[in-house]
Amino acid sequence: MSLEKYEAVIGLEVHAQLMTASKMFCRCPNQYGSSPNTNVCPVCTGQPGALPVINKKAMELGVRAAIALNCEIHSESVFARKNYFYPDLPKGYQISQYEKPFCTQGHVVVQLKTGEEKRIGITRIHFEEDAGKSNHEAYGTLVNLNRAGVPLCEIVSEPDMRTAHEAGQYLRALHSILRYADICDGNMEEGNFRCDANISVRPVGTEKFGTKVELKNINSFKFVEKAIEYEVQRQVFAIENGEKIIQQTRSWNSAKNVTEVMREKEQAHDYRYFPEPDLPKLVFSSSWLDKIKKEMPELPQQTSARFKAAFDLSDYDASVLTSSKELAKYFESVVSHSKNGKASANWVMNELLGRLNAASKEIDSSPVSSTQLAELIAKIDSGEISGKIAKTVFEEMFATSKDASSIIKDKGFVQISDPAALENVIRKVIESNPSQLADYKAGKVKLLGFFVGQAMKETKGQANPALLNELVKKFLDS
Amino acid sequence: MEFGTLSIQQLLSGYQKKDFKPSEVAASFLKNISDKNEKLNAFLQVRPDETLSQARALDEKMSQVEKLPLFGIPIAIKDNFLVRGWQATAGSKVLSGYLSPYTATSVERLQSMGAVIVGKVNCDEFAMGSSNENSAFGPVRNPWALDRVPGGSSGGSSAAVAAGLATVSLGTDTGGSIRQPASLCGLVGLKPSYGRVSRYGIVSYASSLDQVGPFSRTVWDSARVLEVMAGHDGMDATSAKRAVPRFTEELKAPSKKSFTLGVSRSWLEGVDSDVAKAFDVAIEFFKKMGGKVVEIDLPHTQYALSTYYLIAPSEASSNLARYDGVHYGYRTQSAKTSEELYSKSRGEGIGREVKLRIMLGTYALSAGYYDAFYLKANQVRRKIQEDFEKAFTQCDFVVSPTSPSTAFKLGEKTDDPLKMYLSDIFTLPVNLAGLPGLSVPCGLDSNNLPIGFQMIGKPFGESELFSAAHQYEQIRGEFPVADMAKGRG
Repeated sequence: MSLEKYEAVIGLEVHAQLMTASKMFCRCPNQYGSSPNTNVCPVCTGQPGALPVINKKAMELGVRAAIALNCEIHSESVFARKNYFYPDLPKGYQISQYEKPFCTQGHVVVQLKTGEEKRIGITRIHFEEDAGKSNHEAYGTLVNLNRAGVPLCEIVSEPDMRTAHEAGQYLRALHSILRYADICDGNMEEGNFRCDANISVRPVGTEKFGTKVELKNINSFKFVEKAIEYEVQRQVFAIENGEKIIQQTRSWNSAKNVTEVMREKEQAHDYRYFPEPDLPKLVFSSSWLDKIKKEMPELPQQTSARFKAAFDLSDYDASVLTSSKELAKYFESVVSHSKNGKASANWVMNELLGRLNAASKEIDSSPVSSTQLAELIAKIDSGEISGKIAKTVFEEMFATSKDASSIIKDKGFVQISDPAALENVIRKVIESNPSQLADYKAGKVKLLGFFVGQAMKETKGQANPALLNELVKKFLDS
Repeated sequence: MEFGTLSIQQLLSGYQKKDFKPSEVAASFLKNISDKNEKLNAFLQVRPDETLSQARALDEKMSQVEKLPLFGIPIAIKDNFLVRGWQATAGSKVLSGYLSPYTATSVERLQSMGAVIVGKVNCDEFAMGSSNENSAFGPVRNPWALDRVPGGSSGGSSAAVAAGLATVSLGTDTGGSIRQPASLCGLVGLKPSYGRVSRYGIVSYASSLDQVGPFSRTVWDSARVLEVMAGHDGMDATSAKRAVPRFTEELKAPSKKSFTLGVSRSWLEGVDSDVAKAFDVAIEFFKKMGGKVVEIDLPHTQYALSTYYLIAPSEASSNLARYDGVHYGYRTQSAKTSEELYSKSRGEGIGREVKLRIMLGTYALSAGYYDAFYLKANQVRRKIQEDFEKAFTQCDFVVSPTSPSTAFKLGEKTDDPLKMYLSDIFTLPVNLAGLPGLSVPCGLDSNNLPIGFQMIGKPFGESELFSAAHQYEQIRGEFPVADMAKGRG
């Protein structure tokens, strides 16, 4: 195997659907899952005489992405038509941006598993409208135009990635940033965050790029990594076998774990781009840009820094808790109700995330709500239940979604903090263990633990541990 | 009573005096259309029941004549406008039977102010042509001489008004398609400044050049139609956010009575002698009004034709891609593959001249040719704009004949596209520069065919244009109407 003699060169193109209420150039709802061809109008179905009008909210979200990805924003940019015939493209052209995109030259810093950071360049981000959807059935092709005209940002990276892992981390970082800034919901199953990868390989130490292969529409992080890994190996083996890499478009077959040819080098597609004459130049005023900068939602790195400072968390804890916007939100909500940052972090990371992972659930569908978890933590802090009992209660909460208080009440888990009640138990324990008592009196003070444990067992774990400890010691020493 | 040759102003005054009702007027126009259209082929669709019901609804509102600036005015609409419930073929087989799902903003505004649509009228296919001989539904004939063309592409619009089958009509002008047919039919034709009127709902030919405008008998009527339909439209991002003057109010008391006309003699070489004579006569009238003439230089207008025939076809090649047989319109019956569905639907549905321009535009936008053709043409376009900007520092209007010749015979130029294209030599630069241009009748040639005088204004200078043309009209006196418009049958 000669993989180490080669290096992969990977660039990603991401299509992120913008979270607007309406489409890019008309007022139809930008909504997934409606009945086919119901979110349509003369504009997005390409009726004669219909004209596009720019959705300002989409521009705002694009600018947010540009800010979040450290891009240079151009106050003047131009929409262009990309001309091609396809049944789900009713106008015969897609409105996009070509020579003058609204931003260029950005970057994102990604965390690698080695602990290092890597800066991945972003060539450009441009606006474009989505096409409709063709459903190929046995009896013919059905076209659904609900998606036609939905606003997209295409984010094109520099060919800066060298491994599948780097590509995966870049994609995750992008995904997280876009979701944090409320730009894109990131739903990959609905196609709202789609990724194409350009992959080539070259001998280590050489500059010249190899022939690139485009991997189309890979719809999960895992598949992106697997597909790239496979493709890199395929190309290396091909070269080692004396074959030439053919420029082609391939797709990932997740059942067979291989990439397959979709089409050979496209017959020199000429899209005849030219400036969209139905739209004026896209001009961003500096006051408008400033306003968007000011209203910029918090980004993952900022949230992480804030968590570290406010709740005294480690880098690692902060990065786990900000790995998704939903998780960070959940955590913040727990803290705001429990008023205990450290304990909240521990409970979320150690108990909740573990159980969610085991149940293959996302934080959004956690059976324990943030306020429920906060209530549980508050009950430990107030001494109503012990930490140990709390774990049992939590288990029950996770299984049933019931509140901690109702579980504690139903199961009689309330902590016993009444000295009189505990004294009775302690007396009984001491009386039934005369030999241990003698040993203790003879100087084996370690046996304190034994008596506390026995007493705790007697109370089914409900005794207030600190009080119990204190009382047992008092009894033994008296 | 005969209404065919009345102006908007005359009709409104009749309504005010309750001399007649909108339904009587509409019925009379419908009758004349049914009697005369066979000879003209101007109307492609009439819906008498719809027209009469609109008119009758107005009968009930006779008290509102003053509130509705187009109360009961019969109007014909070029068939490249979408009007809900009406067909919109744009003169093409590929849109034959296409029923409009919505109404163009311009038409909607006219309708809401009382205009009554008497029919959709013929035009060159996708507004490409200068004689109306490129329509899939046959040529239109000129009411002044039935063996001659009415001009194009809005030939149906000009013929309808000239024949007294509509009081006014709407057309579109991409390179002269309102002014040239207005000239050839003895009417006032206005191409407003680019952005003055919404393009929403007109079948796009060349988006950066297309404008909607009226055909009328008088300048006042033109001003009235424009003031109703002009103004920013939220559905057209290229429509200008500019206030629309009350043009007809302004005509009551002209603020300026003498104008400086700019003439570029080198530009005017090669026009027919009758046309040149009439042009000079018109200029004399302006001088009588106290005006003067200055010689101006428009050095880049010599490239207007080539510039236009790169930009317009380029945009058209993209604008017309939607007529592919997939979603609506004509679909071939013989396609075996999806590739064939496209090529055959378009091949069978689209006419020769349109195909020619689509191919021209496709070529001009192709990789490797874009810079030399499309980009270069846009640079020249800017130069032409600058020529006019410079000229306007010396004069109020640039004037020219609207067309180098009067109405020519059917078939006379169909074999020679270049000869045909030259019909628009004086009108094309105005679209390239985005300026308002008005054609006003200025005489008849030796064959008793009308001649048009073109006045080109500053950007959004329609007020001044109307004012000057209106004053000229008073001095010139009433312009004759085609014999065909006078009587019935």
